[in-house]
Amino acid sequence: MAEVEEYVGAESVATTDEREVPAGGGSRGGEDRARHTFHPLIELTLIRLREFLREKEAVFWVFVFPVLLALALGVAFRNTAPEKIRVAVESTTNSPVAEQIVRALSVSGEIEASVLEPAEAARRLGGGSVSLVVRTRSAMPATENSIADASSASLAPANQARVFAPEVEYRYDATRPESRIARLAVDDALQRAQGRAEVARTRDERVTEPGGRYIDFLIPGLIGLNLMGSGMWGLGFNIVTARGRKLLKRFAATPMRRSHYLLSFMMSRLVFLALEVVAVLGFAWLVFGVAVRGSLISVAVIVLLGALTFSGIGLLVAARPTTIEGVSGLMNFVMLPMWMLSGTFFSSARFPEFAQPFIKALPLTAINDSLRAVINEGAPLASNWAALAVLLAWCVVSFVIALRIFRWQ
Amino acid sequence: METISDTTYAPSVSPPAVRPRATALRCDGLVKRYGDLVAVDKLDLEVFAGECFGLLGPNGAGKTTTVEILEGLTAPDGGRVEVLGAAWGTAHDRTLRERIGVQLQETQLSEKITVAETVRLFRSFYPRGRGVDEILRLVSLEEKRAARVGKLSGGQKQRLAVACALVSNPELLFLDEPTTGLDPQARLQLWDIVEKFRAGGGTILLTTHYMEEAARLCDRVAIMDHGRMIALGTPDELIASLGADQIIALNATGELDERRLTNLPGVRGVRRTGSESAYALTVSDIGVALPALLAELKTEQVILNTLTTHQATLEDVFVSLTGRMLRDG
Repeated sequence: MAEVEEYVGAESVATTDEREVPAGGGSRGGEDRARHTFHPLIELTLIRLREFLREKEAVFWVFVFPVLLALALGVAFRNTAPEKIRVAVESTTNSPVAEQIVRALSVSGEIEASVLEPAEAARRLGGGSVSLVVRTRSAMPATENSIADASSASLAPANQARVFAPEVEYRYDATRPESRIARLAVDDALQRAQGRAEVARTRDERVTEPGGRYIDFLIPGLIGLNLMGSGMWGLGFNIVTARGRKLLKRFAATPMRRSHYLLSFMMSRLVFLALEVVAVLGFAWLVFGVAVRGSLISVAVIVLLGALTFSGIGLLVAARPTTIEGVSGLMNFVMLPMWMLSGTFFSSARFPEFAQPFIKALPLTAINDSLRAVINEGAPLASNWAALAVLLAWCVVSFVIALRIFRWQ
Repeated sequence: METISDTTYAPSVSPPAVRPRATALRCDGLVKRYGDLVAVDKLDLEVFAGECFGLLGPNGAGKTTTVEILEGLTAPDGGRVEVLGAAWGTAHDRTLRERIGVQLQETQLSEKITVAETVRLFRSFYPRGRGVDEILRLVSLEEKRAARVGKLSGGQKQRLAVACALVSNPELLFLDEPTTGLDPQARLQLWDIVEKFRAGGGTILLTTHYMEEAARLCDRVAIMDHGRMIALGTPDELIASLGADQIIALNATGELDERRLTNLPGVRGVRRTGSESAYALTVSDIGVALPALLAELKTEQVILNTLTTHQATLEDVFVSLTGRMLRDG
């Protein structure tokens, strides 16, 4: 301090008056910032917004892509009629038996059967375009019935006239749910055709409730995915680019508060956040009738916390790399597990029990689960406290670490 | 005119007795290592207020490292730095940054942002300084104010970089190779800006590996090589230190005896330059030395291919000190 005072004392006395020359430097006067610019945080945020809006590709990926994805998936999985069960009936020649089986299967209207060569049938079964193959075993001696596995049915002659071959075999992959359903439906149809009598009277009542469709499941997941993508890329890409171009170093050479620089990313994220969530939710509502059953405020709180969390993780990922390649690798390392595990496109409950605690601790799972609870089930915010706590923890921890290890050059 | 320094640090003692020139920048025993490489090797430097001081040297001499230490961007491994009377790493770093302007060698400003937006952003970091229009006028970029940075020429980008360093009306301006890679006209425009700043009483620390730049802009020049200062003085002093004011460069077919050349009247020194029969003679009196040289060539029956003479420059000073050309790196 003493040095400072001594120096300035000597210097300012000596030179203040000579420094009136307009073009020159050294004049410590000049006008207040307020006359020329806004607060630095606002100016930085404006720069962020302009940089983003002038980057056409970024605008596409943040606003247009999620809507297109929702449209494509919504159309692909739309609930018109229940999907038919596709099966193949094997036949080497155009045998009347195969035709009879096809006719018997078509009665209920739930099954779409086609007669195919054995090789073609096997190929389609492998490729999943049919769920089950029906093989007639008319040539088989009756004594072998007992050897055949549980999936072959013996069609014993009954009082009714025999309609077709006495024996069929079902070929399918028992680990595929749609194949197991096909096995039940096909067997039921064939047994009925052979005259099996119903012992109990049952009745179907079909419901198609909005909120339970695939598109309803998908939309909250897409919002979560978008929050992750734009948070991570928005910070990661921009910060690492600025570091690579030595712009961070240049800012570090100004009296800019470093927190302002980082906060400007948060601010611009919040501006776009609103737009991006409204775009997806509004589109889903208009086109598919996806309704938000819970409160919009709850949605806003989750989305806000989610955006901050992924900004924090994006900041952490961008804290040190100097090249885009470096940060891309890190980013994929962080995002890929969440793409797969966090239940965006299908429920994460499908993963084994032992993996569930890990999956629940992922920030994207927390966003997806809590958004689904609010949007699809109308759950109050408080019932999602566990997911919100997970988000908050990720948010705080990643920010604290990121600010500690952040490199300005 | 009220200044920040007056209000922040009022003079607490009576001004010291006559000081010929105040010091704007000083470093003592500055050391910076990168692994085994010693980038800056016990460097002492003093820059006076109001002067333009040049750090001259080839690439890799340690100029940029030195400047970035003085700018408070890189921490030295040893030595003391004093900038405008203060040291880096105190609670007053931000106040100090308000008083300096910095142009870095490699900064690329955001390409999607316009010239005026860029200046405005940098202006917003400083509590006091010039208006955006005034700055743009100063660097002759008014017509480009709405152009995006990505569309600017190299010279315009560099003037914008200097504009960003000038927004606060700094007392001390750091310019790190401001004209490297620019065409002659763009270089002249930049020199003009530097000279105006200097005329207004500002202090400049400039690095360059162009001698003509240092000779034109700088009041004093320090020549750096391998992290050390190998010469210091005004450009004229340094050139005078060669004891010669002309250089004769010749290329001949045939052998010449270097000792005999050295003993010719008016010749101070002889050096082979590159290929076998190329020589550079530093001469104090060209009127005497040139006829003697031609006579020598005739006696030795050597065929002269080319002969040029020029006024000695800082380049010749560097070559005579290191045996290398500046641009060889």
